[in-house]
Amino acid sequence: MKQGTPTMIGLRRREFLAGTALLLFSATTVKAATIAGRLPWAPNAGNPPPPIKLGPWEFFNGEEGRAMEALVDCIIPPDPETPGGKDAGCAVFIDRQLAGPYGRQEGLYVRPPFQAGLKNQGHQSANGPAQDYRDGLAAFDRACKQHSGGKPFAELSGDDRIALLKAVDKGELKLDGVDGKAFFTQLVKDAQMGFFADPIYGGNRDMVAWKMIGYPGARYNYLDWVNRHNERFPLPPVGMTGNAQWTRS
Amino acid sequence: MRRIPRVCTLVCAVLVSASLAGRAHAGSANMQEFTQIERGRYLSILSDCAGCHTVPGGKPFSGGRPIETPFGNIISPNVTPDLETGIGAWSDDQFDAAVRKGIGRTGAHLYPAMPYNAYTRMSRDDVMAIRAYLTSLEPVRNSRNADTLPFPFNIRSTMIVWNALYFTAGEYKPEPTKSAEWNRGKFIVDGPAHCGACHTPKTLLGGDRTDQYLQGANLQGWSAPDITNNRRTGLGSWTADDVALYLKTGHNRATAATGPMAEAVELSTSRMKDEDTKAIATYLKSLPGNKDEARLAPVGANVMAAGGAIYRDQCSACHGIEGKGVPHLFPALAESTMVRSNDPTTAIRIVLRGARSVGTMAEPTAPGMPSYGWQLDDREIAAVLSYIRNSWGAATAPIDAKDVTRVRSDTASRND
Amino acid sequence: MSRRLPRKDVVIVGFGWTGAIMANELTDEGLEVIAFERGPWRDAPTDFPPGYMQDELRYRIRHELFLRPDQLTFTFRNKMDQTALPIRSWGAFMPPNGVGGGGVHWNAEMWRFLPSDFVLKTHLTERYGAAFLPPDMTIQDWGVTYDELEPHYDRFEYLCGTSGTAGNLSGKIMDGGNPFEGPRSRPYPTPAQAQPFSHTLFGKAARELGYKPFPQPSGNLSQAYTNPLGMRLGPCTYCGFCEWFGCGNYSKASPQTTILPHLIRKSNFSLRDNSEVVRINVDRSGKRATGVTFVDSSGEEWEQQADLVILSAYTMFNVQLLLHSQIGQPYDPVTNTGVVGRNYTHQTISSVNGFFDNKKFNFNPFIASGSIGMCIDEFNGDNFDHGPHGFVGGGYVGQVQTGARPIESTLVPPGTPAWGADWKKAVKDNYLSTVKPGTGVHGSFYAYRDIYLDLDPAYKDRFGRPLMRITMDLKENEIKQNKFLTDKFAEIIKAMGAEKLAVQYRTAPYDITTYQTTHLNGGAIMGADPKTSVLNKYLQSWDVPNLFVMGASAFPQNAGYNPTLTVGALAYWSAAAIRNQYLKNPGRLVDA
Repeated sequence: MKQGTPTMIGLRRREFLAGTALLLFSATTVKAATIAGRLPWAPNAGNPPPPIKLGPWEFFNGEEGRAMEALVDCIIPPDPETPGGKDAGCAVFIDRQLAGPYGRQEGLYVRPPFQAGLKNQGHQSANGPAQDYRDGLAAFDRACKQHSGGKPFAELSGDDRIALLKAVDKGELKLDGVDGKAFFTQLVKDAQMGFFADPIYGGNRDMVAWKMIGYPGARYNYLDWVNRHNERFPLPPVGMTGNAQWTRS
Repeated sequence: MRRIPRVCTLVCAVLVSASLAGRAHAGSANMQEFTQIERGRYLSILSDCAGCHTVPGGKPFSGGRPIETPFGNIISPNVTPDLETGIGAWSDDQFDAAVRKGIGRTGAHLYPAMPYNAYTRMSRDDVMAIRAYLTSLEPVRNSRNADTLPFPFNIRSTMIVWNALYFTAGEYKPEPTKSAEWNRGKFIVDGPAHCGACHTPKTLLGGDRTDQYLQGANLQGWSAPDITNNRRTGLGSWTADDVALYLKTGHNRATAATGPMAEAVELSTSRMKDEDTKAIATYLKSLPGNKDEARLAPVGANVMAAGGAIYRDQCSACHGIEGKGVPHLFPALAESTMVRSNDPTTAIRIVLRGARSVGTMAEPTAPGMPSYGWQLDDREIAAVLSYIRNSWGAATAPIDAKDVTRVRSDTASRND
Repeated sequence: MSRRLPRKDVVIVGFGWTGAIMANELTDEGLEVIAFERGPWRDAPTDFPPGYMQDELRYRIRHELFLRPDQLTFTFRNKMDQTALPIRSWGAFMPPNGVGGGGVHWNAEMWRFLPSDFVLKTHLTERYGAAFLPPDMTIQDWGVTYDELEPHYDRFEYLCGTSGTAGNLSGKIMDGGNPFEGPRSRPYPTPAQAQPFSHTLFGKAARELGYKPFPQPSGNLSQAYTNPLGMRLGPCTYCGFCEWFGCGNYSKASPQTTILPHLIRKSNFSLRDNSEVVRINVDRSGKRATGVTFVDSSGEEWEQQADLVILSAYTMFNVQLLLHSQIGQPYDPVTNTGVVGRNYTHQTISSVNGFFDNKKFNFNPFIASGSIGMCIDEFNGDNFDHGPHGFVGGGYVGQVQTGARPIESTLVPPGTPAWGADWKKAVKDNYLSTVKPGTGVHGSFYAYRDIYLDLDPAYKDRFGRPLMRITMDLKENEIKQNKFLTDKFAEIIKAMGAEKLAVQYRTAPYDITTYQTTHLNGGAIMGADPKTSVLNKYLQSWDVPNLFVMGASAFPQNAGYNPTLTVGALAYWSAAAIRNQYLKNPGRLVDA
């Protein structure tokens, strides 16, 4: 039970959401926030990233998911020191990204007309990344089955998988309806992105990639290290949600 | 200061223009009227009337601001000179009785949310000056809503008992053995600035625990710190200049004002004269405070390790590896008595919810502390605060995760 | 049909660096000032705290602090005979959005231009003859000189607390600074930042090759600082999350850390965020601005009347607003008439990555600030004889690596596969011992007749207005300049001890998909002649005297330096003219 005789309440903080007006002109109701007099403030302010939820695929179906796990394990193979793309969660990363605003091309200019242009004029298709993966994985699956007598990619041996991917990457094996080389290049980029991003997004589980390269993670203070040249930085990596050292208590 | 005769006043009232219609005592061209108003304006700053009687962004002194008490909300009244909804029609005696005796116009008791038990230390002349100032303001039509105090607190006559226990009327009497500056400081602290209202802990009924005068209290989800000269928990490690600068600008080399104190600085202490902030500093540093030894509870090595890791990763980019912060920008945790308080509520709350320090003319930056409640769980916050409380030469009781859980749930529904 | 709001003295369109500078100056004159910003309010503790700002995916890869192309974008083509297509997703540049604009997420590299940059046409013609310049190059003199701007450069540097080592103090060349810089009247407000390992190594190698390296002037401060407005900044902690990111600990100069908290306390200032100005209104004569029309976040239109309009919305949006408001004659490259949209330029950027022996070199490359670096200026501007080389212009080169965020900094030496076991091993072996300067070669981009801005005939924005169209390509002059600089840079990286180099030149065609800094300039240029410029020397519109247009849109061509310090200096210069001359006697400050 609180004891006290307060004579002042806490400051009334203004909320600055778009559409909430602080009226300066009493006769008008312009729908935008007006900032005057003092800096805006609200408790618990800020917009931290929501961690992904582990569990079933949110974008891929079962077959796509299996293919993706095999693919990322080729792009980033496991070795005795560092897990590969699959165990590092790269397929999970891509799945969550495609299920979210990135997959939907949110924020991009997607108005017609869509015309093919020069390569240096950039992406000009109505399809976003999500659609590109759907189409790309389907075409890849067809090509793979054609090539291997009906087996999906996940059932090929390690060597066969790599050979197939090299053929696609070189443009020797074409995918129908899809630019196979471009699709595979994007896949490599996304898998590696998931490998090196903060673990909060699903990849780089336990910061295995950061440990591999010696990157100390989401730190902010190196003031005591800037003048220590050619010395190994000793602290383990930390993600936005911390590391094991935070919870020894 | 002489009083204006009633007859003269009535004649003048007829002669003045409509813009002065709200004033019950119309002004003459008397020079003292100006000095009166100026004096009253300054006293209202010392008393921080605006802190309760002005809604932020609203018309000055027109009331309507909910004041939290543990017993419910009390809505501050309109003290502009409006005849119907303000105090324009009140007599001087009625105004004085309200401010210094806690008796409303109809004879009903005021709740000590109106700190009449502190304002009683002012003189009648002081109060009349405040009156003159308020009377010079624009009358605002604003009738206040009912208070939301539940039974039995809504029965004002219960205040008779409270007053008998906790209220001693009487103007401030200077102590002859002390300096003029000390007395001025004590007058302000105990009188208009009513510091004890937040900084002195209260009994169950809301009266002052005088044995712990200014040693810190918990209210509205904050812990107001000890402001005696105790070295560990109070102002003992600050110089008088540090204290005065803090009051004047909201910041000093060690820390910054936030929460309810930010508002007190903005509306009241930053507008005080230098001699008054110095006087307050002199007085406060003369109070020895609690002489008990610090309780040195041991902190586990693993707590220090975890807290130290979190501190380095999350806190040191602003507060420094040595806890020295950046003067006037990031508080020096190594010197923070707030962090070492017996009641860690404020420290926990700031880490959980973030805080904005006050911006004043002299110190406009108003740096903000981000909120970590989303990132650190209760154990982690307890660990990092225990680390801070026991680093850089300090030794303080560690914080338990339960303390953090309590503050987290207590503050969850607050909007400040 | 828009509704009217009560009149103000000044309306400011766009609230980044120049908006904040102008608002602070004009409120000090006692004027009632209102500013409109299309994007949201932003501040360190609430929007870029050190708890989650260190998120490469969110802020660098997904561009979360930037304008969404869906809100507004441009179309692009290389040549006039091509069809321009929309920039559907940002690549070559990244337009800002929100209070503070680019000042929130810039690198804080703070360079002055050279004295010769301001009189470029005259200078180059005198030295090399008119025939030396390509016939389609349309460079111009600025109409203002370095000496006129010097006090304003100084003012902006002291506002920000810039960390640096002076190279030329009132004519005296100082050791350790840039010997080529124009004379400065006093030293930098704070000392240069400490340089990490690879940056000092570059300096050593450059010195041994006979160059005069110096630390890059930095708006990420080397120590705590209090600026003339009483604003407090802290020391930079070399977090490596600078450009693309807001600063979490008040150590990067931005409008938020240097001006806004002081400004916001003034009762004659207010700011509306989430309000997009869509038109500057002029009266029937077309010679007087009456205010602006803006759209709030619900899509409703309002009119804000004012006596003075300051357009400070960033290069591209300045030009676009002038075109949409039909102020000034649009530029036509065919007839070479008109002014709005002419002399549009970018920056000529390339780099060299160096791969070192990881047993001998551990660079801790993640320790850096946004404007760290050791640079040399021997090849900038006209600092060297261009006669033998057949091009004009130049730039600084330097090891200006600003961090090593892993998604983008896990490079492998040339010839390594891009994926698979070899790739993985190469990444592991090279991460800590790779030098990746980023914009290591930072060259000028001069103006040309057929590089310009106009309105697109086909594509529209969400209000139904035509998008602005960019016609831009890389010219022979800039290609030669870049090859020259890049080769010189590669020599130094090699001299540092690199075992392998990956040399990247900037080549044609200009590519809208690869990032080349957001230093877009021109389109509303300043000058002495209203036939070839939109603004006079005070950034006042020749056509509409109560309209002033800030920003790099005023640059007649770009120099070999980052633009922001010059943008800020020009704003202070213009503000001084408004305060000392215009307000006393509103009207044209310069006769046409």
